[in-house]
Amino acid sequence: MLEEILITARSNPHIDPVLEVWNWQISVYLFFGGLTAGIMFFSALMQVLNKDREAPFAANGLALLGPIVLSLGMTTLFLDLSHKLFVWRFYTTFQPTSPMSYGAWILVLFYPVSVLQILSTLRKGYPMVVSYTERVPLLPQLLNLMETYRRPIAWMALPIAVGLGVYTGILLSAFSARPFWNTGLLGPLFLVSGLSTGAALTALIARQHSERQLFTRIDIGLIVAEMLVVALMLINLSTGARPQLEAAEKLLGGSYTMVFWGAFVAVGLLIPLLLETFELRGLMRSAAVLAPVLVLAGGYALRVIAVDLGQETTWINYESEFNPQLLERLR
Amino acid sequence: MARYGMVIDTKLCIGCADCVVACKTENKVPEGLNRDWVVEATQGTYPNLETEFRSERCNHCSNATCVTMCPTGASHHWKGTNIVLVDPNKCTGCKACISACPYDARLIMHPEGYIDKCTFCHHRVEKGMDPACVSACPTKCMHFGLLDDPNSEVSQLLRTRKHKVLAPETGNDPNVYYLI
Amino acid sequence: MLSTGLNRREFIKISALLGLGGSVPMLGGCTPRPLPGEGEVSRVPTFCDMCFWKCAGFAHTEDGQPWKIIGNDVDLHSEGRLCTRGTAGMGSYQDPDRLKRPLLRETGADGVQTFREVSWDEALNFIADRLKSIAQRHGADRTALLNHGYGAAHFQHLMKAYGSGSIAEPAFAQCRGPRDVGFELTFGESVGSPERTDMEHSRCIVLIGSHIGENLHNGQVQTLAEAMRRDATLITVDPRFSVPAGKSKYWLPIKPGTDIALLLAWMHVLIDEDLYDRDYINRYATGFEQLKQHVARYSPEWVYLETGIDPDTIRKTAREMAAAAPATLIHPGRHTAWYGDDTQRSRAIAMLNALLGSWGRQGGLYMKESVSLPKYPLPAYPAPKSDFRAAHGNRFPFANAGVTNAIVEASIGADAHYKAWLVYGTNLPMTIPGIRPQLQAAIDSLELVVVVDTMPSEITGYADVVLPECTYLERYDDLRNSGERHPSLALRMPVFEPSYDSKPGWWMAKQLGLRLGLEKYFPWEDYAEVIDWQLKQVGSSLDEMKKIGVKNFPRTRPKYFAPKQEVSFPTPSGKIELYSQQLADKGFDPIPEYTRPEQPPQGFYHLNYGRMPAHTFGKTTNNHLLFQLAPENTLWVNPLVASERGLENGEYVRLSNPEGIVSNKIRVRVTERIRPDSVFMAHGFGHRSRRLRLTHDLGADDSELMTNVKIDPLMGGTGMRGNFVTIIKETV
Ligand SMILES: Nc1nc2c(c(=O)[nH]1)N[C@H]1C(S)=C(S)[C@@H](COP(=O)(O)OP(=O)(O)OC[C@H]3O[C@@H](n4cnc5c(=O)[nH]c(N)nc54)[C@H](O)[C@@H]3O)O[C@H]1N2
Ligand SMILES: Nc1nc2c(c(=O)[nH]1)N[C@H]1C(S)=C(S)[C@@H](COP(=O)(O)OP(=O)(O)OC[C@H]3O[C@@H](n4cnc5c(=O)[nH]c(N)nc54)[C@H](O)[C@@H]3O)O[C@H]1N2
Ligand code: SF4
Ligand code: SF4
Ligand code: SF4
Ligand code: SF4
Ligand code: SF4
Ligand SMILES: [Mo]
Repeated sequence: MLEEILITARSNPHIDPVLEVWNWQISVYLFFGGLTAGIMFFSALMQVLNKDREAPFAANGLALLGPIVLSLGMTTLFLDLSHKLFVWRFYTTFQPTSPMSYGAWILVLFYPVSVLQILSTLRKGYPMVVSYTERVPLLPQLLNLMETYRRPIAWMALPIAVGLGVYTGILLSAFSARPFWNTGLLGPLFLVSGLSTGAALTALIARQHSERQLFTRIDIGLIVAEMLVVALMLINLSTGARPQLEAAEKLLGGSYTMVFWGAFVAVGLLIPLLLETFELRGLMRSAAVLAPVLVLAGGYALRVIAVDLGQETTWINYESEFNPQLLERLR
Repeated sequence: MARYGMVIDTKLCIGCADCVVACKTENKVPEGLNRDWVVEATQGTYPNLETEFRSERCNHCSNATCVTMCPTGASHHWKGTNIVLVDPNKCTGCKACISACPYDARLIMHPEGYIDKCTFCHHRVEKGMDPACVSACPTKCMHFGLLDDPNSEVSQLLRTRKHKVLAPETGNDPNVYYLI
Repeated sequence: MLSTGLNRREFIKISALLGLGGSVPMLGGCTPRPLPGEGEVSRVPTFCDMCFWKCAGFAHTEDGQPWKIIGNDVDLHSEGRLCTRGTAGMGSYQDPDRLKRPLLRETGADGVQTFREVSWDEALNFIADRLKSIAQRHGADRTALLNHGYGAAHFQHLMKAYGSGSIAEPAFAQCRGPRDVGFELTFGESVGSPERTDMEHSRCIVLIGSHIGENLHNGQVQTLAEAMRRDATLITVDPRFSVPAGKSKYWLPIKPGTDIALLLAWMHVLIDEDLYDRDYINRYATGFEQLKQHVARYSPEWVYLETGIDPDTIRKTAREMAAAAPATLIHPGRHTAWYGDDTQRSRAIAMLNALLGSWGRQGGLYMKESVSLPKYPLPAYPAPKSDFRAAHGNRFPFANAGVTNAIVEASIGADAHYKAWLVYGTNLPMTIPGIRPQLQAAIDSLELVVVVDTMPSEITGYADVVLPECTYLERYDDLRNSGERHPSLALRMPVFEPSYDSKPGWWMAKQLGLRLGLEKYFPWEDYAEVIDWQLKQVGSSLDEMKKIGVKNFPRTRPKYFAPKQEVSFPTPSGKIELYSQQLADKGFDPIPEYTRPEQPPQGFYHLNYGRMPAHTFGKTTNNHLLFQLAPENTLWVNPLVASERGLENGEYVRLSNPEGIVSNKIRVRVTERIRPDSVFMAHGFGHRSRRLRLTHDLGADDSELMTNVKIDPLMGGTGMRGNFVTIIKETV
């Protein structure tokens, strides 16, 4: 038997008894970040491909949601900071080895491009605002100009969308200290999931039946891809080092089994996949709403599981001889 | 780059935790937080047993993932050495460095909220003194010095004694060694 | 956070204790905490009072705030390194729960007794009036001083000046009395404190129980570490895989209470295989032939059945000892009040040392020397009408110091000998095993109980008057002048002004002395005068000592015996007494005999206890720095016991003894480091005093479970290890 314990009571908040530095704020942020990537990606894609007819909402209306969703995410990200007044320090430097630094800068690149994208599609996407916009001096000219450059702007948006998606995907996987995150597959998984939630959102909101069908089809493809990545990841974990095996065990019978298989795989992938297939065959009308909602929920569940479980997998994790909660008496 | 290291003799360490109190008082570490801690590892079945005590802290990794992951440069290698410090004036409290440290060596200072950790007592090292924990240890089982000086005590110990580092699989290239 | 089910909370408020105030970060640059030592640093010498080892060091303050305490490099007790507890000394000074003002017991109109805060004058007058009244009616000798710790000297002086000869400390009957008497009976001298062990030169060290490493007596730890560095052979006899057991070449997991058998077997082997120091024994010892005959019966084979230590190991270890002799130390131990046969066990240890020739030899037990420091000139003390022996009746013929438990017994009832107690620095209810009922009865009978303490320990609850002493960091005490490797003096002086309305012991003693008409024994204004006068007699001064803290002096006598030196031992025969006529005369075994200890009833375990490095008994558990290391004690149980009883690591249980006493809750630690027939816990937890806000109710108290106390008939020691407990699962 090996008994390996901390014999000095230690209660470093967020580290003891297991790492818990990141909470719902980060899961929400990662989810919204991925969703935003999906939103920008599909809106730009449809603009580049000139799919105004096939996907009128995606091409012209979707982009507006990007900054809204991302701002919500950035709000929770800010809430997570423990030294908040120093948030500006992200922007006085660029750290080439830190994915978070890239992220910080991608986030600032996102907003201007997203605004251009919105301006270039505003009149088409939101005709009811036209009467207002025409009254604002110079705005009509600006919108004209933007509309002229709609495709170049979309071309600019595409790499940013991909960057954002990839960044929220690989952010966690860059942490070699957390064996569950540190697989090459978490990045692709988040990327696919982000795109899938973007597609689902579009399918949910688009009004034109054919557009909904289009994005349902896209989403089916993404869900299948996501399931493949999940399978690969499970295989990868189960053949990995000790801490990775521990993570696999948590998913396969341990404390995360229910959320992982229930909330993520069943509710977030399998059921929507079935519903979407039925819907395409015209078998189930109500699925048009339910399926994308489940995909979005599944996408969030994935972020929560990844953030929480990742923090629990460590190279070193000691139990304490003493009950660290007793240190609360110091307060 | 000057590489400082700590060499701790587990054959002598008794797990008394003097190193922990010495650090707390020297560095005025706030209530409830610790920059170092003591681990006991017992192997075997009664009565064939082996117990090892280890005083642990930040490993001042040569490949410090806390530094590479820090988005602001707050976590940095001090004056080109391997000593890893945090500049509170650059730290956002994003906690990436905490997630990035495989040794759970970092803590959040309260009430301020910036990240803190073992500094290898650079304020003492600068004056040619040993870190507080090293100079308090009653069994004299802790040693500190320059690893790249072949004549330093730490280098000599590592040359002559069997040793290990914690979780070398992390690839962080830690600089706290344990004589076994 | 999902699915971990763990309750985690965050510290949000920094305690004001550390004086770190809340520095609010500002946009554009927070006020980073300055690096330690950048402020105004001052350094004041002291010697530590966190335990009784008295290591000298320097207390540092920065910008007037407490900072740190570190060892004094030239000090022999510490070699410049304090132990865990000494390093945490500031925590005791800073303890917000300290006693702050004198307290006087009062009965309210509703019959409820409470303490009222009173002025020093009121408290001291009250005590003096009662003492005088008791002296008039019964005699001054009917007041006893129960004390422990260095500051007690001021009250010992007061008591002796007053005419009381009844002074007792737990250091005797609860601690090292059996050892000291055992060694005195053998060598005519005890090993003292610090122990005269020459471990830094030993080539073989045998630890019997002594868990140095958990027992953090600094010099012991450091010299044992030095021996390990030099690859000395370590042999540890302990039912538990103690810290030194883990460092030993041989660990002998002995059946509890059978050590005398093992010691006799070792002597058997040494004599049988002719491995003992024949020349040394011939020259210095008497009674060898009787010993030889005596141990003939104790063959390793026979002893194996008692101790569980196989004959081969007994022989091998005996040969190791002999091979390294005389640089072999059979460690005398310190806390030796174990099974009631402890003086005899200690004698056996002394005799084994004698056979190996290690007393007076390098690597064994050296000759200590202190400074011949003149006493401050004062009139002689009056001869007390009776002394502590009044409490013994015709028991304990070899008790050469007060027996606390006997004094408690002699204080019960209307016609009890003792009428008043002064209790200084000892927490009797947790210190004397199983004493609570007698303590309560004594308190009900006594006319006056005064407690001098720094903390609201349990004993203060028994007092009529509580006097708050300031901590060692706020006062002068006597110079430290212990027998050591070479003579040396150390200074304790105030680092801080006394906090609250606490006062130093010397001041209280003097104030009481004045009120009792003993002015001539207290001619000083400030105790610094006494220290300065004494220092000047030996060529130093207070001013010098304030700078250096410790002054070392050269030896005047050799540390070891010279080869073939003639030595007269201070025993009746002038020799090392392997056979003790003194014992025979009083009807005791002249050579130690082994008797089998009581065995636990079905379903019960030996209650084993000891030290944990982070704490000194119960007196540091409320120290915030040490609390953060170890906020509770744990119950060590073997995995076999855990599975048999369905115990989980980390769960809380209670213990119950055969008399039905049930302990406080204690957290289970499942570990292979303990025998399946025993459970272990560190002593000093389970405080009931709710005024100890950090530590109250945490962990279990071994003392209250000790109702089966085996009194040592030679000297009154309270054998604490013959107690058994069973484990009760908490149902919450
Ligand atoms: N940290 C710390 N250090 C201290 C103190 C403290 O409070 N805290 N107190 C100091 C004081 S005053 C004293 S007296 C000393 C006491 O320290 P020691 O003299 O070392 O105390 P012991 O009671 O001999 O040691 C306890 C050990 O005896 C073992 N033991 C139990 N039963 C038996 C038995 O039947 N046979 C044998 N061979 N071993 C047995 C226990 O398992 C335990 O490991 O410690 C001193 N040092
Ligand atoms: N069950 C059990 N009983 C034991 C032991 C055991 O292991 N188990 N060990 C025994 C041994 S070896 C010993 S030496 C004794 C020790 O027994 P004690 O000396 O009684 O030890 P503590 O319980 O620490 O109590 C010390 C008291 O002194 C007070 N004090 C601390 N500093 C000062 C000061 O500067 N001035 C004054 N006036 N008071 C102060 C503390 O607040 C506390 O109330 O216990 C013995 N009793
Ligand atoms: S102070 Fe030294 S002996 Fe004690 S735990 Fe720390 S390293 Fe080990
Ligand atoms: S141990 Fe952790 S905090 Fe220290 S340098 Fe290495 S990665 Fe950074
Ligand atoms: S919490 Fe501070 S030190 Fe750590 S990574 Fe973030 S900015 Fe860097
Ligand atoms: S080196 Fe200094 S900061 Fe690090 S653990 Fe030791 S005392 Fe603390
Ligand atoms: S051994 Fe430790 S607690 Fe005891 S006097 Fe020395 S430093 Fe203080
Ligand atoms: Mo003791």
